Amino acid sequence: MIKNISNLGDASIYCDFGQDVNQKINSNVVSYFNHIKELVKNNEIKGITNITPSYNKLIVSFDLEIITYNEVKQIIENFKIKKNIIQNPKKIKIPICCDQEYALDLTSLSNKLNISENEILETHLNKEYFCYMTGFIAGMPFLGDIDKKLRTHRLETPRVKVPKGSVGITEQFCNIYTYESPGGWNIIGNTPKNIFNKLNFDKPLLINPGDKVSFYKITKQEYLNWNE
Amino acid sequence: MNEAYLEVLRPGINTTIQDKGRFHLYHIGITVSGAMDQSKFQISNALVNNDLNEGVLEFAYQGPCLKLVNGNINIAITGNVNFNILRKNSTTEEGICFKNYFLEDGDQIDIISTKNSVFGYFAVQGGFKTDKVWNSLSINTKAKVGPNNGEKFSLRQKIYINKSKTEKLLEKKIDYNFLNENIIRVIKGTNYNYFSESALNIFFKEEYTVSNLSDRMGMRMEGPKLENITNTNIKSEGLVKGVIQVPADGKPIIMFSDHGTIGGYPKIAVIISADLDKVAQLPPGSKIKFKEVSLINAENYFKDHIKNINKYIREIK
Repeated sequence: MIKNISNLGDASIYCDFGQDVNQKINSNVVSYFNHIKELVKNNEIKGITNITPSYNKLIVSFDLEIITYNEVKQIIENFKIKKNIIQNPKKIKIPICCDQEYALDLTSLSNKLNISENEILETHLNKEYFCYMTGFIAGMPFLGDIDKKLRTHRLETPRVKVPKGSVGITEQFCNIYTYESPGGWNIIGNTPKNIFNKLNFDKPLLINPGDKVSFYKITKQEYLNWNE
Repeated sequence: MNEAYLEVLRPGINTTIQDKGRFHLYHIGITVSGAMDQSKFQISNALVNNDLNEGVLEFAYQGPCLKLVNGNINIAITGNVNFNILRKNSTTEEGICFKNYFLEDGDQIDIISTKNSVFGYFAVQGGFKTDKVWNSLSINTKAKVGPNNGEKFSLRQKIYINKSKTEKLLEKKIDYNFLNENIIRVIKGTNYNYFSESALNIFFKEEYTVSNLSDRMGMRMEGPKLENITNTNIKSEGLVKGVIQVPADGKPIIMFSDHGTIGGYPKIAVIISADLDKVAQLPPGSKIKFKEVSLINAENYFKDHIKNINKYIREIK
């Protein structure tokens, strides 16, 4: 449930679901997101410009010419969430090549964690991950939770350019860079699969919040010959 | 029939089409984009009788040089901009902002530079001939989304125009009153209490300088380091235009139209809606001070801000 509602500036409302990050809280955030999305779609609430779910927060932005913070707050405080509003989660398998030229941080990660490179990859490939949210750049999925022994901080100096397709880990999370972008996550491989398709307007994302994602290893040859 | 277009003789530094923005897509990582200075954008459309949300060309610092081919059009430029109109008969007119002009086949418009500001707007009556992407004409060069494959315009490109033959509009001109103010009003951010009391004092008392690491995504500020006493990271969560994040180096960053939709740095404050256009126009080296205001005051300042824009728009009509 929402623990606290406050304003983020004068044109957004900030719903705080607490400090913990887990699937239960995140599903609750997504239920609120879906509910408000329905209200917007059915024109039951006017002036909403964006709804942004994350691990344990929900930000609702609005057009200040149409509606104000107190009006949006009242609406959110007064509706009841229908159960099972989350759409059917999918199971998705992502190919990943972990050759040295793609696994940019595997060696340093192995030194930092004091685990062999092979064990890092095997541990990572051995688990199914939950998609908490998408964003930062178009379609980037934030997946979790990775095995406790693989958890570490971001790079001290973030990269100016992380190659498109890079699979990175930090703390309890894993993500996929859908575009070349600046970033500080520890890169352990790269996928040739298209995660964001801007030409598919209705369903541009391969991975959506709630989906289950696992990775499987491919060779460099398979990577280079990848054809969708 | 030959379609009218503008040929790009010089692209300028960052020339894109922008409108009000692309909404309802933060949750998949697509940011709002849209004109950095919404008031100048709207007024440029008003000057050529357009819908106020029609797509226009936005340029930064050095603008484009464009040649009209196959048509006659009404245009207007807003902002604080140096530009010339080079007529086909070789005469040159010095351009005036916030005024409409009639361009004839073969005329060129040379947008030399913005003055003491960053962004300017070039509106064409009827708008540009291009399809909306996710309900918006804004070009997002980071995600490569929008018209022109999400890219800024380049040399020799043709930018097609919806209306190719138009009558000259009645002359419209306004005196836009530029306020040279360096106070940026903010509301406390959701991580305000992550910072030490002395850091908060510094934030509201000291002057900050706009760094040259600024673009449509964000503006970095140079100034005294802000001490974080709680955590220099938060669990990643949504961002909105105007949020001021403070990463581990203690230097504030303001989120602009092309910002990432999710961020993991503490939010010390958020710029009020009424001041977003003003802050977007500050060139590197500008000195600013942040001033805290209440939500209710911010809402009232926004009403004044809208009244002010509407006053100009009524004047044009």
